[in-house]
Amino acid sequence: MATYQEFIQQNEDRDGVRFSWNLWPSSRLEATRLVVPVSCLFTPLKERPDLPPVQYEPVLCSRANCKAVLNPLCQVDFRAKIWACNFCFQRNPFPPSYAGISEVNQPAELMPQFSTIEYIVQRGPPAPLIFLYVVDTCLEEEDLQALKESLQMSLSLLPPNALVGLITFGRMVQVHELSCEGIAKSYVFRGTKELSSKQIQEMLGLTKPAAPGQQGRPMAPQDAAPSCRFLQPVHRVDMNLTDLLGELQRDPWPVPQGKRPLRSTGVALSVAVGLLEGTFPNTGARVMLFIGGPPTQGPGMVVGDELKTPIRSWHDIQKDNARHLKKATKYYEALANRSAVNGHSIDIYACALDQTGLLEMKCLSNLTGGHIVMGDSFNTSLFKQTFQRVFSKDFNGDFRMAFGGVLEVKTSRELKVCGAIGPCVSLNSKGSCVSENEMGTGGTNQWKVCSLNPSTTLGIYFEVVNQHNAPVPQGGRGAIQFVTQYQHSNTQRRIRVTTIARNWADAQSQIQHIESSFDQEAAAVLMARLGVFRAESEEGPDVLRWLDRQLIRLCQKFGQFNKDDPTSFKLSESLSLYPQFMFHLRRSPFLQVFNNSPDESSYYRHHFVRQDLTQSLIMIQPILYSYSFYGPPEPVLLDSSSILPDRILLMDTFFQLVIYHGETIAQWRKAGYQEMAEYENFKQLLQAPLDDAQEILQTRFPMPRYIDTEHGGSQARFLLSKVNPSQTHNNLYAWGQETGAPILTDDVSLQVFMDHLKKLAVSSST
Amino acid sequence: MYLFCCCRLFLHNLLDKLLNVKQASDLPPVQKSRHRIDPDAIPSPIQVIEDDKAKCNEPFTTGVRGQAPPLVTTNFQVKDQGNASPRFIRCTAYNMPCTADMAKQSQVPLAAVIKPLATLPPDETPPYLVDHGETGPIRCNRCKAYMCPYMQFIEGGRRFQCGFCSCVTEVPPHYFQHLDHTGKRVDCYDRPELSLGSYEFLATVDYCKNNKLPQPPAFIFLIDVSYNAVKSGMVSIVCQELKTLLDYLPRENPDMDSVVRVGFVTYNKVLHFYNVKGSLAQPQMLVVSDVSDMFVPLLDGFLVNVNDSRLVIESLLDQIPEMFADTRETETVFGPVIQAGLEALKAADCAGKLFVFHTSLPIAEAPGKLKNREDKKLIGTDKEKSLFQPQASFYNSLAKDCVAQGCCVDLFLFPNQYVDVATLGVVPVSTGGSVYKYTYFQAQSDQERFLNDLRRDIQKPVGFDAVMRVRTSTGIRATDFFGSFFMSNTTDVELAGLDCDKAITVEFKHDDKLSEETGALMQCAVLYTSCSGQRRLRIHNMAVNCCSQLADLYRNCETDTIINFFSKYAFRGILNNPTKAVRDTLVNQCAQILACYRKNCASPSSAGQLILPECMKLLPVYLNCVLKSDVLLPGADVSLDDRAYLRQLISCMDVAETHVFFYPRLLPLTKLESGSLPVAVRDSEERLSKGGVYLLETGLHLFLWVGASAQQELLLNIFGTQSFSQIDPATTSLPVLENPFSQRLREIIESFRAQRSRYMKLMVVKQEDRAELIFRHFLVEDKSASGGASYVDFLCHMHKEIRQLLS
Repeated sequence: MATYQEFIQQNEDRDGVRFSWNLWPSSRLEATRLVVPVSCLFTPLKERPDLPPVQYEPVLCSRANCKAVLNPLCQVDFRAKIWACNFCFQRNPFPPSYAGISEVNQPAELMPQFSTIEYIVQRGPPAPLIFLYVVDTCLEEEDLQALKESLQMSLSLLPPNALVGLITFGRMVQVHELSCEGIAKSYVFRGTKELSSKQIQEMLGLTKPAAPGQQGRPMAPQDAAPSCRFLQPVHRVDMNLTDLLGELQRDPWPVPQGKRPLRSTGVALSVAVGLLEGTFPNTGARVMLFIGGPPTQGPGMVVGDELKTPIRSWHDIQKDNARHLKKATKYYEALANRSAVNGHSIDIYACALDQTGLLEMKCLSNLTGGHIVMGDSFNTSLFKQTFQRVFSKDFNGDFRMAFGGVLEVKTSRELKVCGAIGPCVSLNSKGSCVSENEMGTGGTNQWKVCSLNPSTTLGIYFEVVNQHNAPVPQGGRGAIQFVTQYQHSNTQRRIRVTTIARNWADAQSQIQHIESSFDQEAAAVLMARLGVFRAESEEGPDVLRWLDRQLIRLCQKFGQFNKDDPTSFKLSESLSLYPQFMFHLRRSPFLQVFNNSPDESSYYRHHFVRQDLTQSLIMIQPILYSYSFYGPPEPVLLDSSSILPDRILLMDTFFQLVIYHGETIAQWRKAGYQEMAEYENFKQLLQAPLDDAQEILQTRFPMPRYIDTEHGGSQARFLLSKVNPSQTHNNLYAWGQETGAPILTDDVSLQVFMDHLKKLAVSSST
Repeated sequence: MYLFCCCRLFLHNLLDKLLNVKQASDLPPVQKSRHRIDPDAIPSPIQVIEDDKAKCNEPFTTGVRGQAPPLVTTNFQVKDQGNASPRFIRCTAYNMPCTADMAKQSQVPLAAVIKPLATLPPDETPPYLVDHGETGPIRCNRCKAYMCPYMQFIEGGRRFQCGFCSCVTEVPPHYFQHLDHTGKRVDCYDRPELSLGSYEFLATVDYCKNNKLPQPPAFIFLIDVSYNAVKSGMVSIVCQELKTLLDYLPRENPDMDSVVRVGFVTYNKVLHFYNVKGSLAQPQMLVVSDVSDMFVPLLDGFLVNVNDSRLVIESLLDQIPEMFADTRETETVFGPVIQAGLEALKAADCAGKLFVFHTSLPIAEAPGKLKNREDKKLIGTDKEKSLFQPQASFYNSLAKDCVAQGCCVDLFLFPNQYVDVATLGVVPVSTGGSVYKYTYFQAQSDQERFLNDLRRDIQKPVGFDAVMRVRTSTGIRATDFFGSFFMSNTTDVELAGLDCDKAITVEFKHDDKLSEETGALMQCAVLYTSCSGQRRLRIHNMAVNCCSQLADLYRNCETDTIINFFSKYAFRGILNNPTKAVRDTLVNQCAQILACYRKNCASPSSAGQLILPECMKLLPVYLNCVLKSDVLLPGADVSLDDRAYLRQLISCMDVAETHVFFYPRLLPLTKLESGSLPVAVRDSEERLSKGGVYLLETGLHLFLWVGASAQQELLLNIFGTQSFSQIDPATTSLPVLENPFSQRLREIIESFRAQRSRYMKLMVVKQEDRAELIFRHFLVEDKSASGGASYVDFLCHMHKEIRQLLS
């Protein structure tokens, strides 16, 4: 049998699933004792170039409350042409089209290698993709110009039949009509007035007039599709829209000294949501919001227009001093929920030096599966390339985005679904497999994921329901089926079905097996998601304390030690890295708000709860590579001792890429050795991390901030704040080592953390 | 002289008879006995007018106090010698009674009709502009009257005593001047404010809103583009015309470009604003559908200088008719339209004028939404007054906001049915604007009238954000004001806009005794922003005599002005009183005036004699015209809108306009000589000859009546056809024929049109044609179809009333 490492890798490659435990404890009690819940990271649209979609409808179990999809785990009676559902044990006849079925002639969905299969189904007319740009015009001239160019460029990236729309806002909100010739026409809304969806649709003339007085006259043809005026196929309005964007001016209303420009982001979004709601409900659509500052008026306002009152900080929030926070958050949540119901996702592209209100607005993207991109200016390659990458295409030439996803999770009887954490909203489907115990977004086994891309990953948490006295019989297998329905970017409706099974194990007799089935990477990310989810509603220290307690309990459960003897403490290989992940997680911006603005925290958390396992791990524990003359580039410990004068370091934190030149290297570089022919090898050394960084930059979304710094440089703080502070000003002389660089911090180092952990784990008093 | 006795006998006999009969039956038996009174024997307006014309052969100088000017129908030149020209101020009485008792006894209204920005004929100099420097115009310390010829300089010129309140004020050093031996300042004739009745002061920043010199005003054109507006052709006509009209925006110096900025809005149920910034290649349309809470969606590019944005504006005006050519929207809003204009002016921080072109009752859901409340059944009942009141208070408060911003509204209406002029007119009337109404507008036949009105309305001299204050000498006080304006207190007449055609009638009451020696003084000061954005004060001074003898009062009255006052008084009265009561009050007051005269001034004679004061001998005939006007006595075919329209229109008319409106000018067109007009004939069918052609002018209408057997030569000269039957009654303009008669007739028509503030469409009425009914309505000496008495009958009725009062 292959190692668990191989098994896990294989499962991830095939099904996009990583479980915390790959053997499941057979009773509820045992499961809770394992501390880390049975849970998984699931990537619904994991790219599978080798998986051709099948062109027929899935076969469903006929039991009304089951409807599981026929899968390789089902028992099939080829002679009777009957299959048994492996979730509810209902015996179902095959549909007539399966008449020719036999042991040697099996449909794809019965073959083991198709545990993940994708169906293309016909449901209604194909709906075009919709892109609605919502553009802030309260920008600096240079920024606006850059943004205009990016938007114009994006038109060429859209599929020609996609519908586009344009809303601009500043003090007022303008919805631009795209179909008209001659005079450019737009509908204007006051930026201070909250309007209902119905009012917005009426004001845009989208509702048919109910006035009876107008009989007599024939209906004009343009009435057939009133929405066309605002959302037009790209190929038709390409030129028109390019011109329109070109003529876009900065908000003309004067901004007095000492004031912020009046920015009606709230109303603009409500108009965008209302417009799509009225015209294309349940159709894939992206609202793309571009902002250069915080909303300063009307509903959803985050800060007043007086410059002397700064935008809320964590300090203000903790002191309950953020005046607009609750109201604005509530407003955007309501919008996000409306949008999610209709399957429209909202992206936020925020480029400003100060905060822009992402804290209040994050739910717009978090609940609808939209992107959040944060930058300093629209005139940076960070924004430009990130934005371009939104429209990247896969190996088939299709956009790496899908819309209107609905993820349904079915479990066999011994399991129940507790919840999901990711860019989704609950669909409140209370099936028999829904647990009362909620983790994340719970109380349902169906979630709406308005926008998906191949890396979108949800954390899904389960609960073992069997009581201790009636455990699952040995050798049994539990099964989980993930059914993801979505609108492919080529407008097809598709259903992807992933069915997996794991063995049950008795936790008392087979604890070693269970321990070795532990996927510490997945577990770290899944626990981190729980922590981040908690951090959204709880105080930071409470979350840390909870994480610490979980870690200690886990160590007590699986550690090998003599009571009250910390030195005897040992963890097996399958858990060895876990405490280190937790150490870095504790220090990460996902749980630490110090040094981060509320917007930044929201931004980091937003990305953390949607990326796949690899990226998430990088976020928790950044990767550090070392480049030197002493050998090929190698990964080194994320530790201050890795910072050496004759090394170049490349750190990837997901959000930042830092190239750090050690003291000596920096001096050489300054002296210009790389220019000299005889030091060609130095030149190559300098170039190597740049090339590697470039490779990461090529694929990462959003584009990381790229930092090139050196020993003593101000930007070196990005590196210094991440590495384990094994050498600080406190212990530098005590250690007496010559290598490494001291970090000026009072934070505990990994060694101290581990010492404490061991002490607490072995302590008999807890 | 002042005893009018030629018809004494007739009336005496007749009335005795009449009274007897009347008791027996309600039917007036006048018809039977009509022939018994010779219409030529009763006072003839034509005679009076012609007499006055004959009398007046030298310029009227205003230096003499208490001198009644020639009649409004007379052409005369004015020389300002210290009192305002009658073109600016006309009084009902130039010899005011000294005491309140006398005034009450006589019942003669004491009023002045003031037209502050009246245009003067080219041979008279417009008011001089006086600059008193940084400290502003010199004024009396107490009553704040402005420096004028009535200020008496004392103490060698170091101080002056106010003619109004007698307070003594120091003369500021920079204004000091020595006095001559008569006590006059040496520079008296160098300074307009010391020697003239009318002049202007340059106002300082203290006289401006928020202590900030005003911005140049703006004109905003708001065009209804609903189905009716497009279909009637109004939209394309307006857009076409505006392209040329924009070059004729008002300016003070004809060589300079106008500084007035322009903006454009179209609307139906929603409003479309246009960005016409000069730098744009194409205008941009911004639709505001949130009519419940109006706002201006753009700042930059809405109000623009015509020259900077000419191409964009022209492109816009070309495209508007196309854009809405296929509209099916029939509903309109109105309140938000004005709000939009107002907000735009607010945003630009300037005063200005809105030109609203509107077609229908605003029934779309919005503030100021109206319902159709035309109910013919209410006419003649006590509830009739409610029909003249606005149906929603919204427009009253909107008007107030407009006035505060200096936003004047001119409304052009193109209704096909009831639009509730009474309500829609509230804002224009309160902001010093005008309402123009083109019922059943058809491009072909009404275009000329509309375009001429529009051209004149845009081009005419106008002031903005004006406040008028009338100060009087101790003893009398301005108590009541009539016209198109808004008042938030009892003394200041606020006018968002004031143009050269608007007159304000001011009523005075005694609050003390006046002295014969000093007479009564009044000073009308209008603070306004000129069309070039200059803040100014226009001052008109007027001094009249005072008398302790009633006879003197009756000798110096002006009937035309009295009628102007009475009509405005009555037309306002119907807002709060039943029409019948208003009519009775009018008759009653006139009877009292005449009875008072009879009792106190006329030589004793038989009670059966009707004796009228010379100055007021036309009072009965004119009063009758007022009483039978459409407003007070509507015919069956007169719509409520028409009445409301006329009611509002009269309220800002000057004396000349009310005169011709109530007693139209009827010219026989048999012989036409160049240089002079034929003598008019009285407005009675009896005066029309079958063989003649007549021209009738009311200030609003122009008729050419053609007798059934009109001479062929005449027809040939006028119409180019010999046959009566070939004359097309639908013609609105006369053919241009190369004969002196035709030329002269067209000249006359043109000159009539030039005299009036509104363009008169020519209607050709053939005798015994259906249209003659309309024409006959204006033959005001005859009995009217709606039941109005003939002149003769009314005179008898007045006589009866007077006799009752005397007995």
